[in-house]
Amino acid sequence: MEQHYQYLYDMLSQVQGYIFPNELDLQWGLLIVLYPYITGLVAGAFILASLERVFNVKVLKPTYQLALLTALAFLLVATMPLVTHLGHPWRAYEILSTPHSTSAMAIFGFVYLWYLMVVLLLEIWFDYRRDMVIWSKQEKGFKAKLYKILSLGVTDISPKTVRWDEKIGYFITVVGIPSAFLLHGYVGFIFGSVKANPWWSTVMMPVIFLFSAMVSGIALVLFIYMAVSYLRKQKIDMKALDTVAKYLFYILIIDFTLESLDQIHRIYEAEESFEILSLLVHGPLFLTFFIFQILLGTLVPLAALGTLQFYKPKEFTRRVIYLVSSLLVLFGIFFMRWNVVIGGQLFSKSFYGFTDYKIRIAGSEGLLWSMVWIILPFMILAFLLWLLPPWKKVQE
Amino acid sequence: MGHNRVNQSRRNFIKAAAAAGGLLATGIVNPFNAVIFASEQPTDPTKPWWGYGIDIEKCIGCGRCANACKTENNVPREPFYFRTWVEQYTIKNDGTVQVESPNGGIDGFEQIVPDDEIFKSFFVPKMCNHCHKSPCVQACPVGATYDTPDGVVLVDESYCIGCRYCVQACPYGCRYIHPEKNVVDKCTLCYHRISKGKTTACVEVCPTHARILGDLNDKDGELVKFMKNHTCLVLKPHLNTGSKLYYNALSGEVR
Repeated sequence: MEQHYQYLYDMLSQVQGYIFPNELDLQWGLLIVLYPYITGLVAGAFILASLERVFNVKVLKPTYQLALLTALAFLLVATMPLVTHLGHPWRAYEILSTPHSTSAMAIFGFVYLWYLMVVLLLEIWFDYRRDMVIWSKQEKGFKAKLYKILSLGVTDISPKTVRWDEKIGYFITVVGIPSAFLLHGYVGFIFGSVKANPWWSTVMMPVIFLFSAMVSGIALVLFIYMAVSYLRKQKIDMKALDTVAKYLFYILIIDFTLESLDQIHRIYEAEESFEILSLLVHGPLFLTFFIFQILLGTLVPLAALGTLQFYKPKEFTRRVIYLVSSLLVLFGIFFMRWNVVIGGQLFSKSFYGFTDYKIRIAGSEGLLWSMVWIILPFMILAFLLWLLPPWKKVQE
Repeated sequence: MGHNRVNQSRRNFIKAAAAAGGLLATGIVNPFNAVIFASEQPTDPTKPWWGYGIDIEKCIGCGRCANACKTENNVPREPFYFRTWVEQYTIKNDGTVQVESPNGGIDGFEQIVPDDEIFKSFFVPKMCNHCHKSPCVQACPVGATYDTPDGVVLVDESYCIGCRYCVQACPYGCRYIHPEKNVVDKCTLCYHRISKGKTTACVEVCPTHARILGDLNDKDGELVKFMKNHTCLVLKPHLNTGSKLYYNALSGEVR
């Protein structure tokens, strides 16, 4: 606690203008930046996977299972930043046991569980059931037992049953698309519905969150597909890669348009909060907003991916461009979340000044824990890829 | 009592409307009441419905209220945790606004702007507005923050999970996370005192009677009289929080 006081006394000297005294202690730090970031990656990866299945984009086949498993790996971690940032993490169950019906946050647990249990786990299970039955016979020892348990004893792999797997899987995907929209649109609503905060309070917020989620999720799958192919020393399916990149380009255009519309609307209406928000983006947020989010995270990838729609260089060059673009987009969307979450707390609700935020290394809100929550999904994904390798699936 | 008040203002309003040539239809009678009280009617008009008045013209910025509040309610003494605090507004001749609240005003204020540059200056005590349609109660995911039937917004600290959503939802900056308890903390309107017939600590120590605690259901009460005799405004009315903290002489610069 003494440490926390010391931190706050240091912050006191960083205050510009006037803030309400209780506002010095910025409430939502790095962990809450990660929360919409990670859920966004989940929703985006899932929507990409659904494209293949529901809209029958056959060329995306090589990324289908990869995208699903990526979504699962990140979804399993999505609640962790939230829970660890609570003042009383052990009371987190109260959100599920006694949800307050008017709270935008209360429904998250249910949306999350619906998405995890009904959509992702079921879809993956139906997709892998036949393979798990076959693998349980091929493998030996522990792994064989594991597959047996995971197949839940449903060992019938006659063509008729497998066709049913297909049908149910398709149905779940159809249900899954609105669910993915719900998951992340809803995360946007948590911020967009805070009328006290003019930086957050916009009806566009859920839509912007949704499209930025799709952008980041697609970029992540693009990156993971290249990384996994590289690690497995397999040739990349360039058609699939080109198509994923094309989707990334289109969705990025929509995302950028929506965010620009939001900002233009804000500038043109120039309400009471306009001056302080203008000072915010030109001052404390300049680097993360204009440089990281807009220039590096949006304009550069837009230009790079846009060029490839007209001009097709050699495969290697394209791969490099895709790699750099996907990483830039992931970087940019991270800072988009940063600018929303941190930016929304830097200015005082008196509109007369700014507080400051410094990332701490240790502590539950610190950098180290955040690194854990961002690295853990990749480890889970590695495990899932070992357990359910898409490349070993039985081909039709 | 409450019904009387409603009928009274309705009659007055109809008279006024008739005098104005019947320009206004009776259909807006209820909205008229809503404007006065900036919120819905209390559920039980025979019981108290707590509100609060602050007379900015009377506040001298001594900060005794902020100090008494910290003592009475064991609020941490560090200068980042306040259930109530006092702000000093200085509007300069060039139109710029300077706001200060060193240690919430507990140690008093010093005017650093030279006299000849000052257009006007005043003190504004701040505290929880005990809104009737409070965004913090709406936002709490577990219902740890709640409205009492007599119109006070309280926190159940044994139930609060410390998610801080209410801190974000409060437009007035009245909530903080208690550094030892790790739950949210805020003005309780000295509920432990007012439910025993006493007044709040801040009201008790105010030397100029700038602070008024009162029952909005009591039409002869001090608060209703204060509101009748002054032009009272609430903070950030456009947010429609149903604030029950009424300021006399509230200047447009105050947020």
